[in-house]
Amino acid sequence: MINSLAKLSNKIFSDELEQESTRQGYGEGLVIAGQKDDRVVVVCADLTESTRSILFKEKFPDRFIEAGVAEQLIATVGSGLANYSKIPFVASYAAFSPGRNWEQIRTTICLNNVPVKIVGAHAGISVGPDGATHQMLEDIALMRVLPNMVVVVPCDAQEAKKATIALAQNGKPSYIRLTREKTPVMTTDDTPFEIGKAIVFWESKNPEVTIIACGSLLYEALIAAKDLDKNGIGSIVINNHTIKPLDRSAILSAVKKTNAIVTVEEHQISGGLGGAISEFLAQNYPVPIEFVGVHDSFGESGVPGELLEKYGMKSRDIVNAVKRVIERKNI
Amino acid sequence: MPDSDIDNLYLKANEIRQSVIKMLLEAGSGHSAGSLGMADVFTALYFCVLNHKPDDPNWSERDRLFLSCGYIAPVRYAAMAHAGYFSIEELLTLRKLGSRLQGHPERERLPGLESTSGPLGSGLAQAAGYAYGARMDKRKFRVYCICSDGEHNEGNHWEAVLFSGKYNLSNLTVIVDRNNIQIDGFTEDVMPLEPLADKYKAFNWSVLEIDGHNIQAIIDACNQARAMQHNPTVIIAHTIPGKGVDFMENDYAWHGKPPNKEEAQKALHELRTLQGKIISEHQ
Repeated sequence: MINSLAKLSNKIFSDELEQESTRQGYGEGLVIAGQKDDRVVVVCADLTESTRSILFKEKFPDRFIEAGVAEQLIATVGSGLANYSKIPFVASYAAFSPGRNWEQIRTTICLNNVPVKIVGAHAGISVGPDGATHQMLEDIALMRVLPNMVVVVPCDAQEAKKATIALAQNGKPSYIRLTREKTPVMTTDDTPFEIGKAIVFWESKNPEVTIIACGSLLYEALIAAKDLDKNGIGSIVINNHTIKPLDRSAILSAVKKTNAIVTVEEHQISGGLGGAISEFLAQNYPVPIEFVGVHDSFGESGVPGELLEKYGMKSRDIVNAVKRVIERKNI
Repeated sequence: MPDSDIDNLYLKANEIRQSVIKMLLEAGSGHSAGSLGMADVFTALYFCVLNHKPDDPNWSERDRLFLSCGYIAPVRYAAMAHAGYFSIEELLTLRKLGSRLQGHPERERLPGLESTSGPLGSGLAQAAGYAYGARMDKRKFRVYCICSDGEHNEGNHWEAVLFSGKYNLSNLTVIVDRNNIQIDGFTEDVMPLEPLADKYKAFNWSVLEIDGHNIQAIIDACNQARAMQHNPTVIIAHTIPGKGVDFMENDYAWHGKPPNKEEAQKALHELRTLQGKIISEHQ
């Protein structure tokens, strides 16, 4: 059942559950972060409206910097601004930033160790009709491999808002991954959020599997957990919004209860959340793991729902992965 | 500046070149030509132009010097040591395990470096971001950035040239080490840059061209740049790679390699005798 401590929306499984995009949550969070701290500035690569950085621009025009279509530039100008003492959010689509400017992020942000906030909007296959060029599926891998980098993947607009406000003050190089589509707003004002602290969203009485998810697919994971419960299979669902640093103790304590894991992410199954969990557990508590995500392929044009279905990231796919992993556990 | 002071700066530049040779010999790797070629510029900056306090490298009002072409770090380290940032003995730790003097400079390891650099073409954008932030807060210090000519091949550099021109970053002075060489050969063969001055003008910059070995001219150009209120300024400093050591001058083979023991001895002899102009060699 839903973990009451997570204070999720009471409309969680109803058709009336609000839908909003995480990019919108970021834009709203940015305004609050800007109100709280006048060091916050935004640098955008010609995508001010669609990244929702426009909300900040309208409120603080003097602290908004248009850099043109130049992703290497937003990373390096961001580095200079942060080095000076500003708190820059540099915004583009994830396919281009961190897709195109990885070396600049590595050297001028991470090795330089300055607190630039990289905002990767329109990540994942659910970008839809734009097709494979714009469906960024490798960004978590690119960012989490870098020393000093913090990587956050909010599960909904509400959490994106909180994450944006928190990242403005964490003093570290950080990446926040956002999506284009409106997705279910599972969390509320009261849902706890702390960078690096995973939250249990669902816990059945006798859980047989731990489902660890990040991003909006968390909702699919909750639907899967509910369906599994109906069929007598108990589970734990963890919102692992921070991929780096990983909340090792939360993951370990959940895994010790179930001895089986399914990871869920709108990303390549290698290098992302599933990769991070596997690396950690292989060293500390090896258990069978199944991966829900994109299996070493590019996406294609289509509407978000049908793409998630075709590429195997719906609740049905999570249920099937759970069944497979339980079978492996019992061998 | 009185002639005697300028003469002293030339002697200082000569000492810095000698340090560079000793450092590269000791390290066994590193870039000779660019470091020697920029000794006069670094001398002018650290001993005359920059408003700084070597004993307080994080002084908040200091001018900021970004080095985009991190491979000439040896000459920056040498100039810093001679200016009093740290001991001259420490220069011989260059590129060694545990040293603050990394092969390419790292901001967090040595106070006064301002940024981490090495991968080319991204220093100007960092300096521009810094200058933009400082201007937002009406800070008085200047931001300087030294770039190589070869790194003008990089797209990121030109993005920053556009950006600085658009935002009229007049608190930013860029000095380009126009020595005409890069690793694979002469810049005009590898990827032609000329007309370089016209390119900057077209991007809304003020442009000054000087002899990069004329210390008075370097100082004058930096002062002139300070007076330009509406644009960022680029000083194209024409330099001789390997300057001061005959067998290294203008030879791109010396871009990325250090001298061996024999070559270092020969180089130091040349520097101590001012390329044979004086007979007695003072060690």
